[in-house]
Amino acid sequence: MDRAISVIAQSNSQDTCPNAFIEVASVAKTFGKVRALAGVNLEVEPGIVFALLGPNGSGKTTLVKILTTLLRPDTGTARVGGFDVTEQAREVRNVIGLAGQYPAVDENLTGRENLEMIGRLYHLGRGRAWDRAEELLDNFDLSEAANRRAKTYSGGMRRRLDLAAALVASPPILFLDEPTTGLDPRSRLNLWEIIKDQAKQCNSVFLTTQSLEEADRLADYIAIIDNGTIIQQGTSQELKDCCGGETHVKMRLADRTQMQKAFDALRAIAPENMYQNPEMGEISFPAPDGTAVLSTVVRSLDAVGVELAELSLKEPTLDDVFLAITGHVAEEGPDTDTNMESGSG
Amino acid sequence: MLKNVSQTISDIGVMSQRDIRRYFRLPQLLITNIILNVVLLLLFNYVFGGAIQTGGVDYIQYFLPGFLVQSVVFGSTQTSVGISEDLSKGLIDRFRSLPMARSAFLSGRVVADTLRYLILVALMIAVGYAAGFRFQGGFFAAFAGVWLIILFGIALTWVGVLIGISVKDAETAQVAGFVWVFPLVFASSLYVPIETMPSWLQAFANVNPVTPMVDTIRALSWGTSVSSYLWKILVWDLGIILVCLPLALRKYRLLAQ
Repeated sequence: MDRAISVIAQSNSQDTCPNAFIEVASVAKTFGKVRALAGVNLEVEPGIVFALLGPNGSGKTTLVKILTTLLRPDTGTARVGGFDVTEQAREVRNVIGLAGQYPAVDENLTGRENLEMIGRLYHLGRGRAWDRAEELLDNFDLSEAANRRAKTYSGGMRRRLDLAAALVASPPILFLDEPTTGLDPRSRLNLWEIIKDQAKQCNSVFLTTQSLEEADRLADYIAIIDNGTIIQQGTSQELKDCCGGETHVKMRLADRTQMQKAFDALRAIAPENMYQNPEMGEISFPAPDGTAVLSTVVRSLDAVGVELAELSLKEPTLDDVFLAITGHVAEEGPDTDTNMESGSG
Repeated sequence: MLKNVSQTISDIGVMSQRDIRRYFRLPQLLITNIILNVVLLLLFNYVFGGAIQTGGVDYIQYFLPGFLVQSVVFGSTQTSVGISEDLSKGLIDRFRSLPMARSAFLSGRVVADTLRYLILVALMIAVGYAAGFRFQGGFFAAFAGVWLIILFGIALTWVGVLIGISVKDAETAQVAGFVWVFPLVFASSLYVPIETMPSWLQAFANVNPVTPMVDTIRALSWGTSVSSYLWKILVWDLGIILVCLPLALRKYRLLAQ
C-alpha cells in the first residue's frame, strides 16, 4: 500500500482516483514452446486511458489475461488496484471489469438478464443489479432490445452488451482487449466516447489495440509491445518526439523561380537539414519548436518579397514511431501467431 | 465466514438459474429429451413387452425402474456439452474474471441438472403409472427410490462436468459422453437379466454401478428387500463424487495455466 500512496502523490491531478493503478514487474509467460511474454515491466497511473499497442501475437492478450487473473504468470508479479493478481485474485476481480477480444454474452439470455446475472455475481444484490442493468441498457442504446435474447443481436449490439457487462459494477479499472476490432466506423466512434468518459469519471482504462490511430486518439499513455517485450513507452507526443522523427515545417512557393532567394532567406532560421524540391517549389526543414516557426518563416520571406502558396506543419505519426522502433509496420503483424493470443493455454 | 457461505450459495443459485433458463429456451435440450424418453418408454413396453421373458413379472414392472435410471445416465452427457460450450465460446473468461465463488460455475450446472432429472423422473413415473406400473413398496419406497435416482444422477453429472471441462468443445463432449454411457446402460441388469449374458459380460455387468442402482429401484418398486444392493450404489455414488468433483475443480483452476 505504501507504493499506492507514493504513486498517487506523484500524479496530483488524479488524487481523487485511489488505487486504480496497475504495476507489472518482470512478468513472463510461456505456452509450450511459445514465449508469449518475455519479462514485461509497466506502471499505469490511475485515471488514465492506457493503450498497449502491438501487432498480432505480440503478447497483448496474454498480458490482459494475466492482469485480469485468467492466467498465472510463470514468473514476475503484477498488482492491480493494489492487489496481487495471483495471491489476491478475488480482490482484484472486485475492482476490474473485462471485455475480452470476443463478446462474452450468454446468447440464451436476454440483454437484461445478461446484465442482471453479472450484477448479481458482483454481489450488488437483486434490486441494485436490476437498476444497474436498466441504466446500462439505456446508456448503451439497448433498451428496445432489452427483452430479446442476445442470440438475435447484431455484432455491434453484442459488443455494446459485452462492454455494458464489463461496466456493471462500475469498476475502477476497465480492461478492453481490442475493443474496436470488427466495429463499423460509427460504433467505433461511440465506443471511443465511452472510453474517454470512463477516464473522466476517474476510472482507469487499459486497452489493447493494433491501431496506431486508436492509440493516438484515445490514450494518455502508450506502451508498444513486440515479441512479448515492451519496447517503448510514453505519451503519444513523447513517443513521436523520441523515436518518430520530428515535426517539419513545409512550404510551397507561389513562384518556383524564387527558390534560391527563399532558400537563402530561410538559412538564417533553419541552419541545418533544409530540404528543397525545385521542381515543385517546395522547401521543408525540422521545426522542433512547432507553430512558433510559422510566423518567423512568413516574416523572413516577406522581407525578401517571396510569396507563399502553402505553409504547414507536418507532425510525425505513431506509424513513423512504430516503424522506427520495430522495423516493421504495426498492422502487418504475423497472422499465424493469433492462436497464441486467443488460446487459453 | 457466514457472508462467504451465503455469497457462495447465491453465486451457485445465479449460475443454476442461468442453466435452467437455457434448458427451457433450447427446446431440443429439455422437451426433446422428455419426448424421446416417453416415446421410448411406450415403444419398449408395447413392442418388446410381450417378447422378453422377465420371470413372470409384468414387463413394465420389470422395465420402468431401469428406464428411470437410464434417463439420468443419458442426461448426464448433456452436462458435458453445456460445460464445453461455455469453455469454447469464451464465456468462461467473463465468469472467471468476476468475484464469484470458484465452484459456482461447475456446481451451478450440477444444481440445474438435478432439477432437470427431477422433472424427467417425475414425468416418466407418471407415464409409467398410466401404462400399468405401480410402486408396490408404498409411498416411502417410491420417495426414496426417486431420490436415489437423483443422487445417482448427481454423481454421474460430476463425471459429465469432468469430461466437459477436459474436452473443451461441444461435439467432442457429445461423442465422449456416449462412449462411456452406452456400455453402462446396456451391459447391466437394466434391459435384460444378467444371467442371459456371456460370462465375461456378466463379470462387467456385476461391477457396473447401473446394476445395483436398477436392482435397488426394482426392489423398492416391487416391495422386496434392498439390503444386498443399496449399500453398493451408495458406495458408488460417494466414490464417483469423491473422485470426480476434486478433479473437476482442479481442472477449473488449471485453466489459469
